[in-house]
Amino acid sequence: MRRKTLLTLLTMLLVVGTVLAGCGSKNAGGGSKENASAAKDQILHMNLSAEPPTFDPAQAQDSQAHTVLNMMYEGLVRLDENSKPVPGVAEKWDISSDGLKYVFHLRKDAKWSNGDPVTAKDFVFAWQRVLDPNTTPAPPYAYQLYYIKGAEEYNNKKMTDFSQVGVKATDDHTLEVTLKNPTPYFLGLTSFYTFYPVHQSVKDNPKWAADPKTMISNGPFTLTTWTTGQKIEVSKNANYWDNKDIKLNKITMSLSNSGATELSSYRSGQLDYAGMPNGEIPTDQMPAVKKQLQNELNLKPIGSVYYYQFNVTAKPFDNAKIRKAFAMAISRQEIVDKVTQSEEKPAFGFVPPGIAGEKEEFRTEHKDDYFTENMDEAKKLLQEGMKEEGYTTLPPVTLIYNSSEKHKKIALAVADMWKKNLGVTVQTENQEWGVFLKNRRSLNYQIARAGWSPDYNDPMTFFDLWTSKSGNNDIGFKNKEYDALVSDALASSDNAKRMDDFVKAEKLLIQDQQVLLPIYYYTNVALIKPNLKGVIIDYAGGVDFTRAYFE
Amino acid sequence: MVRYVANKFFYMLVSLFILISATFFLMKAIPGDPFMSEKKVPPEIQARLMEQYGLDKPVYVQYFKYLGDIATGDFGISMKHQNQEVTDIILQTFSASLKLGLIAIVISVIIGILLGMLAALYHRKLIDNVAMILAVLGIAVPSFVLASLIQFIFGEKLGWFHVMGFDGPLDYVLPVAALSAQPIAFIARLTRSSMLEVLHADYIKTAKAKGLNWMAIMFRHVIRNGILPVVTYIGPMTANIITGSVVIEQIFGIGGIGKVFVECITNRDYTMIMGVTIFYGVLLMLARFITDIVYVLVDPRIKLTGGKEG
Repeated sequence: MRRKTLLTLLTMLLVVGTVLAGCGSKNAGGGSKENASAAKDQILHMNLSAEPPTFDPAQAQDSQAHTVLNMMYEGLVRLDENSKPVPGVAEKWDISSDGLKYVFHLRKDAKWSNGDPVTAKDFVFAWQRVLDPNTTPAPPYAYQLYYIKGAEEYNNKKMTDFSQVGVKATDDHTLEVTLKNPTPYFLGLTSFYTFYPVHQSVKDNPKWAADPKTMISNGPFTLTTWTTGQKIEVSKNANYWDNKDIKLNKITMSLSNSGATELSSYRSGQLDYAGMPNGEIPTDQMPAVKKQLQNELNLKPIGSVYYYQFNVTAKPFDNAKIRKAFAMAISRQEIVDKVTQSEEKPAFGFVPPGIAGEKEEFRTEHKDDYFTENMDEAKKLLQEGMKEEGYTTLPPVTLIYNSSEKHKKIALAVADMWKKNLGVTVQTENQEWGVFLKNRRSLNYQIARAGWSPDYNDPMTFFDLWTSKSGNNDIGFKNKEYDALVSDALASSDNAKRMDDFVKAEKLLIQDQQVLLPIYYYTNVALIKPNLKGVIIDYAGGVDFTRAYFE
Repeated sequence: MVRYVANKFFYMLVSLFILISATFFLMKAIPGDPFMSEKKVPPEIQARLMEQYGLDKPVYVQYFKYLGDIATGDFGISMKHQNQEVTDIILQTFSASLKLGLIAIVISVIIGILLGMLAALYHRKLIDNVAMILAVLGIAVPSFVLASLIQFIFGEKLGWFHVMGFDGPLDYVLPVAALSAQPIAFIARLTRSSMLEVLHADYIKTAKAKGLNWMAIMFRHVIRNGILPVVTYIGPMTANIITGSVVIEQIFGIGGIGKVFVECITNRDYTMIMGVTIFYGVLLMLARFITDIVYVLVDPRIKLTGGKEG
């Protein structure tokens, strides 16, 4: 009996201790611990939530590799702090008046990390490697190069002669590129990793990209350590042409997939940067983070959109009025304030802020006022829609989302709003990523969670998604008028006309048909140590550490 | 004895074969493929990838080809981590898990036995009570709770150790502590009860009566007999620690094999899933196999032949 009492006491002590420890953190206030040695060492510590599968620019296709490749390589151009293309390996360029021909003049002092000069031939070699149908494994992002004349045909074996593809090295320092269509965003696209040059020595060594010893790159940093599952380290490249502007000596990346660990590690001073795009701060920690680390919290709107999509071939969402009713009957501000808590902007359109328009951003030039939240109107539309379809009660509705704490919370909140505002009970179902993707692709759902981030800085990346022949159109939406608008914009070099097409397309998609239910435009949520400066988050939420420094 | 071992070994091979076959077909039955992503790859490129990895063939053809490959010791290359051999990834990441696991095992055995001995020697005294309360706590608190707690206190708040990573010797302290708490508790209780039993045995009384000194009694008789049950527990514990470190690896950001296992399933990295499953399978079966043999060696009461098996 005495023992039991002692045990209870001890357990109580443990519980009280934990609670007290929790209280202690509140009093601490004023921010996280500083990384004292940072300023003189200029070593940046960050975390990647997943190990990049490869550092071969041709094979990469994920945001982790994106961040690291951006440190190790440089394309023809790079993006500055306003996401505008500025000279990279190319010193200057000429664009023909019809927008089809680009001549890049490469700088003569651009070098590989082993001292070899970077030439126009390296670009031709790299791009041919991406497009070659015999490259193993087949580069998944080869289609990013399809803007180049003949590239798609060559990649799909409809043409075997690479000299017919619109890319030529006229001499060591001049690269000539001919495009299929005038593509106003092509210049910015050459900063993307699929367009990076690759050292020609790699053709004899298929494992070159997995080993720091054989890795030759042309960017501000070179890969110096890669311990599988443990650590990746890049160090300053002495041969980089602009190395006087590079102040960091080293960037060390740990590999933990737990957001809680990453945050805890940041608080302890072990990390200098935490959060997106390479990690995620758990939403349940947001209130505490906002309170304690407000000076280090960096919330930046980025060009991605979080939305639900309707399967327009499935009952009851084959009816536009019912779709509209569902879209009107939720309170986006409430979701943003209470669930995601990162100051995201409620979305009523599909193109997020930050995406370039005619002169300024598309979203500032064209407001997303395609519909409003209106519970009475929603109920009315639902009744009308049900009458049109001859329903007395609505068929059962299920909302599917891929497993994640955040998606789950949002889904439950939305379902609750539908219940309250429309009187409709919606089941929510959480599915494993692969299963979820398969169900969405095969139109085996009614409403599904989705998100889209841009491949390049132009509204086209949001609109070519929903054309009838798009491989990513997984809502069953087929509309001739919409297709015509997108192909018109694709072929046109008149930017004002293109934007006009996009506005019409967006109106059709959201206002007229409401095949999508936009929820919010993302913000990039990151914690940055106060003495770390010069970290650039671009329009798409990509992060550039190359010009960062500690003061 | 030889027949016993051969018999066990044969059953091990059969179980391994069943494991491989079941995993292979179940894995193929999950929707998805290694190349899926939110942004769909054009169908031509997708088809080329499937062909390059032999995934365009019927599942049974893939199955027999896989059996043939592993028979020659070829586990293939990872479908997600391009151009990296499955065996290389397994060996690299397992070395981290193994280091962590072995240290945890050694620490658990040493501290566990010490604690158990002290408790037994000071039976019903303060030391006994404290040790046993610690042991109850150790068994009752799940390792991931303990891990988060000590990570928060010693890593984030006090800053004595790194919150995550696995670089220096100091980085071992927290994960090892989290991983060994439970086995320490278990071993301590095991040692205590068996030592108590031994301490009251007649031959100890005889030894005392003979006038042997205390140290000699302890080392020659008490400890040797007292830790026998611990020896039999070490086998299953080793397997438990090495496979059970998944959560701990996750919390402390350690690139062990547990993390690889979880990720390769999400990625549908077929060759990797098979490789890690077989690796774990062999590891567990070997641990079991060795335990079986050790049982026999330690305790002759376990019959080898005759009677009913089992």
